[in-house]
Amino acid sequence: MTTAYDTAMIQGIPEENVSVPVVAVDNVHKSFGALKVLKGINLSVNRGETLAVLGRSGTGKSVLLRLIIGIETPDLGTICIHGQDIADLAIDQMGRIRKKIGFLFQHAALYDSLTIAENVAFPLEHHRRDMSQSERNDRVKQLLAEVGMEGDFRKLPSEISGGMQKRVGLARALALEPEILLLDEPTAGLDPISSGEIDDLILKLQRERQMASIVVTHDLHSARTIANRLTLLNEGEIVIEGTFDDLQQSNIGFVNEFLKQS
Amino acid sequence: MSNSGATTVSVANPMLPGRQTVPMLSVVSSASGLINGFFEWFGSLGIFSWNVLKAAATPPYEWRELIRQLDEVGSKSLPLVAMAGAAIGVVISLEARYSLSRFGAKSMFPATLVYSVIQVMGPIITGLVVCGRVGAGIGAELASMKVTEQIDAIEACAINPYRLLAATRILACILMLPLLTLGTDACALLTGWFAQTLVEPLSFHQFIQAGFKGATFNSFLPQTFKTGVYGMIIGLIACFQGMRTRGGAEGVGRAATNSVVLGSLFVILADVVLVKFILVVFP
Repeated sequence: MTTAYDTAMIQGIPEENVSVPVVAVDNVHKSFGALKVLKGINLSVNRGETLAVLGRSGTGKSVLLRLIIGIETPDLGTICIHGQDIADLAIDQMGRIRKKIGFLFQHAALYDSLTIAENVAFPLEHHRRDMSQSERNDRVKQLLAEVGMEGDFRKLPSEISGGMQKRVGLARALALEPEILLLDEPTAGLDPISSGEIDDLILKLQRERQMASIVVTHDLHSARTIANRLTLLNEGEIVIEGTFDDLQQSNIGFVNEFLKQS
Repeated sequence: MSNSGATTVSVANPMLPGRQTVPMLSVVSSASGLINGFFEWFGSLGIFSWNVLKAAATPPYEWRELIRQLDEVGSKSLPLVAMAGAAIGVVISLEARYSLSRFGAKSMFPATLVYSVIQVMGPIITGLVVCGRVGAGIGAELASMKVTEQIDAIEACAINPYRLLAATRILACILMLPLLTLGTDACALLTGWFAQTLVEPLSFHQFIQAGFKGATFNSFLPQTFKTGVYGMIIGLIACFQGMRTRGGAEGVGRAATNSVVLGSLFVILADVVLVKFILVVFP
């Protein structure tokens, strides 16, 4: 079974940087009313590493990301970002942590009354008040070019396709140059060509920026393309964690069934 | 006593043939659910209010959003409250003239109109009209943002949604309501005078002189500024209902409706309390 440490060594990450994961989830439980969504989740991600979280719909994958960004709080367990437990932080304290995290929502969650350019500029306007208007405009253009967006940036989100919305959402997530990237179903609802383009984009960003990334997906092909390690969830628990080869060689029934159906 | 041991109450239901029995336990259960819901709502509102207050009191302040909301709440509501004021001015003028004539007190007309509008009708009409327009707008807007994860996205961008969305809107309502009330009052007095002048000519100057004769600070200003409390109620309830929405389009509709209904109800209740408070504190 390939561990996070093994992956880091293969990638040449200095050993002193491996001992403190960038994101560490320890024995996290989460319920909504009587429904137990996550039951004792343990995982960690290091700098420069991409972890794909796989599973059937409704197994708590998106909830895991929402816990890491702090939009939800765990019922039990700890979540540490750069060694700091985020569970009891006040909203403004959590804000300092969130500046280091870029989050791409499943449906992009663009602000529908703002244009594409205003959406990407939104975090810059609030957190980079040292930038002039023209510097901000240049940065927005650079970010949109980086994610392959072309055309009229004065359009509203409702006037562009789902794939373009994902790209704009990704550009917004990258605006503050995060160290951690959380992607919720980045290729969901997209055609195969658009999915491939998003995968290529994520790989390119990973090569250039060396972020710690967690990608939630049910698309095994996409996960295999972009991730160093894969984690498979079932009924709120981790069934297996490792490389794609580890999953293929597993003799766990659910893993084989998931691979067969994907 | 039924065979199961539960006490039953017979209730005649005219919609159904024969008598229908309703177990007492389910009545008690429904009542306790309502009471729980009542306290849960107020508790959640209290927590929400505290979060908004904390956010509003700490920097960075969202000045640009506040100015945008001042325009949205204030200048865009002005035509509506002006029309409402104009209408009530005519109504009070017609009714007051008729009543005062019966008692031989036509000379009291200017003061009656002025005091009725400024002390009673102007504030409450402004509050209810603004609640309908602004309350529904804020409730629907924030509810729509909630169900499409836009509020979560704001939080994920390390921006406090209580500060950006709620505090700015509530503060805009608090600041704009008294100004809008002045607009309502002005239009009401103008149309009230005009309606009277059509029947018995009276110069506007004479009307104002007679209407405000003997007036003091306590006569009008507290009643106008109490609308700041209405603004707080309207903004707080609309933001609260919007930001806790669940359930897609239906939830958005429910949030907008509840914002108006609950906002109007609490504005009326606040009026009852504030009238007494003003009479005691500003005799």
